[in-house]
Amino acid sequence: MNFDFSDEQKQMRDEARKFLAEKCPPKAVREVLDGKAPYDKALWQGLAGMGFLGVAIPEAFGGAGAGHLELCVIAEEMGRANAPVPFSSTVYLAAEALLLAGSDAQKQKWLPKIASGEAIGTLALFEGKGNPSPRAIKLQASGGTLNGVKKPVPDGAIADFAVVAARTGSTGRDSDISLFLVDLKAGGVEAKSLTNVDPTRGQAELTFKNAKAEPLGAAGDGWSILTQVLDRAAVLLAFEQVGGSDRALEMGRDYALDRIAFGRPIGSFQAVKHILADMYVSATLARSNCYYGAWALSTNASELPEAAAAARISATQAFQHCSKNNIQVHGGMGFTWEFDCHMYYRRANTTALTLGSLSYWEDQLIDRMRKKNAA
Amino acid sequence: MNFDDTPQEAAFRAEAKAWISANAPKQYEEELRKSSLGRTVLKGANILEVAKAWQKKKADAGWACLHWPKEYGGRGSSPIERVIWQQEEGPFGKLSGMFIIGHGMCGPTMMAFAGEEQKRKYLPPLASGEKVWCQLFSEPAGGSDVAGLRTRAEKKGDDWIINGQKIWTSGAHYSDYGILLTRTDPNVAKHKGLTMFFLDMKSPGVEVQPIKQASGQSDFNEVYFTDVKIPDSQRLGAVNDGWNVSLTTLMNERMSIGAGVSTGFPELFDFCNSLMLEDGPAIEDRSVRSRLANYAVKASGLRYTSMRAISALSKGERPGPENSIGKLVAGSMVQEVAMYALDLQGAAGVLSGPEDAEVAGKFQAMLLRAPGTRVEGGTDEIMRNIIAERVLGLPGDIRVDKDVPFNKIPTKGRA
Ligand SMILES: Cc1cc2nc3c(=O)[nH]c(=O)nc-3n(C[C@H](O)[C@H](O)[C@H](O)COP(=O)(O)OP(=O)(O)OC[C@H]3O[C@@H](n4cnc5c(N)ncnc54)[C@H](O)[C@@H]3O)c2cc1C
Repeated sequence: MNFDFSDEQKQMRDEARKFLAEKCPPKAVREVLDGKAPYDKALWQGLAGMGFLGVAIPEAFGGAGAGHLELCVIAEEMGRANAPVPFSSTVYLAAEALLLAGSDAQKQKWLPKIASGEAIGTLALFEGKGNPSPRAIKLQASGGTLNGVKKPVPDGAIADFAVVAARTGSTGRDSDISLFLVDLKAGGVEAKSLTNVDPTRGQAELTFKNAKAEPLGAAGDGWSILTQVLDRAAVLLAFEQVGGSDRALEMGRDYALDRIAFGRPIGSFQAVKHILADMYVSATLARSNCYYGAWALSTNASELPEAAAAARISATQAFQHCSKNNIQVHGGMGFTWEFDCHMYYRRANTTALTLGSLSYWEDQLIDRMRKKNAA
Repeated sequence: MNFDDTPQEAAFRAEAKAWISANAPKQYEEELRKSSLGRTVLKGANILEVAKAWQKKKADAGWACLHWPKEYGGRGSSPIERVIWQQEEGPFGKLSGMFIIGHGMCGPTMMAFAGEEQKRKYLPPLASGEKVWCQLFSEPAGGSDVAGLRTRAEKKGDDWIINGQKIWTSGAHYSDYGILLTRTDPNVAKHKGLTMFFLDMKSPGVEVQPIKQASGQSDFNEVYFTDVKIPDSQRLGAVNDGWNVSLTTLMNERMSIGAGVSTGFPELFDFCNSLMLEDGPAIEDRSVRSRLANYAVKASGLRYTSMRAISALSKGERPGPENSIGKLVAGSMVQEVAMYALDLQGAAGVLSGPEDAEVAGKFQAMLLRAPGTRVEGGTDEIMRNIIAERVLGLPGDIRVDKDVPFNKIPTKGRA
């Protein structure tokens, strides 16, 4: 047993951290936050150049072929830097769906473009309120075309292609759902940007009008593939959340050491120390749950569904807890636009919802634990 | 990252499993499985005797205190082997409760500070459970503020004469030896005038009085010292260096308490699976599931945090202050879990008799024991201070008594 990343993986983490510290300072995040650009193109190309976009994509499809542990390490750094790029939608959702269910031709078409930074991908799953559920999918597929509306679609307005969940049957079972690949630039799809809580992570409405689509995976397998994609993305996104939690904790700690009140650094007041200690506790529990998720993901273990849900819940809680208390420790300064605290607060609370809400994952976790127990 | 046993680990596991299956006191397995924090009862047997017999059997076969060196009664095992053993020992491990302080704190302190001959004499019977040890630190005037203790040790020839009182000493009523922190110089600042000893609890002048705890049980005691004689050869560390010696003990304490403390989650999960509410099994209720999920991720987070610590240990790193989180999180969680399990029982949650209470009153017992868990071995607040100061590097609390001679420090608030 060895429950830690390897020295090579840690080296990769250092490399990513250094790269992001230089290419993605808060100033760069603010360009996107302030609406000056939909995402940071230069950073995206830089990430491609570093080989980070294709870290878990096999060499045969233009990637680095390293693996998912390496991707976890990068994900943590993306979260720490609050990077304003479509990394999670392209790499965790679209690429993972292709890896899991794509034909050779489909992989050959899109994966090299993902790795090189030429194509942005996303997953079009939701249709308004609610959590992942086959019943909520109304978008209709027939004769190789799609009709319907998806929202919110993460990074939908800048994406080149989307994996789309559509209804292909009416039996009332999970097998009514199938997945499709849609080239968003080929016509038939209208994209509209939606105003959202975290502008560094764009959200869109996609309207499909007789849009051409090719099946991804076998007909009727959509829901089962989606579940796996969501589990994988849950682990990866949880690493982003842990990176963000750590950064928020660090910001709070640094401020507590610098800011003087009543003649002392505020970090010498026990009430403040205890807030920070509790932030450390939640970030540490989340990190440990994530490590288990990383192991399950990288070995495709049967524990993955349970591990993914646990990592997701724990990391969501930690990021929300750390980002909100970081503002508290910063006092009035923390509530200014000028300070970076709110960027993490926004990101924490939007990431909490992107793959289904906390209560959805809580429900999933208990279901999965029960199944395991019964087995 | 890897959870699988290496070939050596697998061989060790197989050996441990086979030995346990052939030797463990199986007649108590069911009762031990059902026992929880605050309630370990073996019908018709004296648990102390059962525990001692099991420990002795393990020691004779080389399975006691696995990570200790062989010459001191251990096996020289790696931290990971120790974990494998614990996994295989399962419910029988609950019998080790009465040895925790000796094995987790007194032993390591002896190992670090006693002479070679003493170590060979005292450690093997401690490992084998033949001799039980206790930790005599806390006093009415010094719990969190350990260095505030007043028990005096005065040098007379080759001996030290001890006078004073300890309190909350777990297991003192059945202990053979203890490690004892005393004041040897009241004229210097409080941390600078302490000295550590070990002593025979049967020494003349030692009087042990069990205290009835809030839970109704009696696991800890008051211990009075009247002109108790301890030879200088039983001093641990230098005169007036007792504070440093005690830090070794406390660091080991956090490691062993943090790793072993129960969260109550497995018990709650099973309970929610079996409990029938008006509308069906509790576990199918949305709000129950949400609560359960929250506890589940704390419990798994702790489990994997300790695995990370063990991985670090096995690479040669030392147990650090970050291990304080185990006790901090598990302590309050077990209390919340117990309250929630009672809440699910509605009005009947008040009943604690094994016949009337759900799962034989397990959660009621847990509820009553839990407050002590948040206090023993350092309170939640002290744990948070440790994390804030030693892990996050925040300034220490302002200590108004830091440079004041001990005998000039005020002894009462609200003067
Ligand atoms: C079940 C049990 C078993 C025990 N076993 C042993 C044993 O075997 N040997 C032994 O030596 N001792 C033992 N103890 C004693 C235990 O270590 C002390 O009770 C504990 O350290 C707290 O000290 P105290 O009781 O003096 O509380 P106090 O220190 O008086 O604390 C009272 C309150 O003040 C808070 N407080 C105190 N100082 C600070 C501070 N600096 N910052 C913030 N808050 C603070 C505490 O958190 C607490 O809430 C045991 C205790 C229990 C409950």
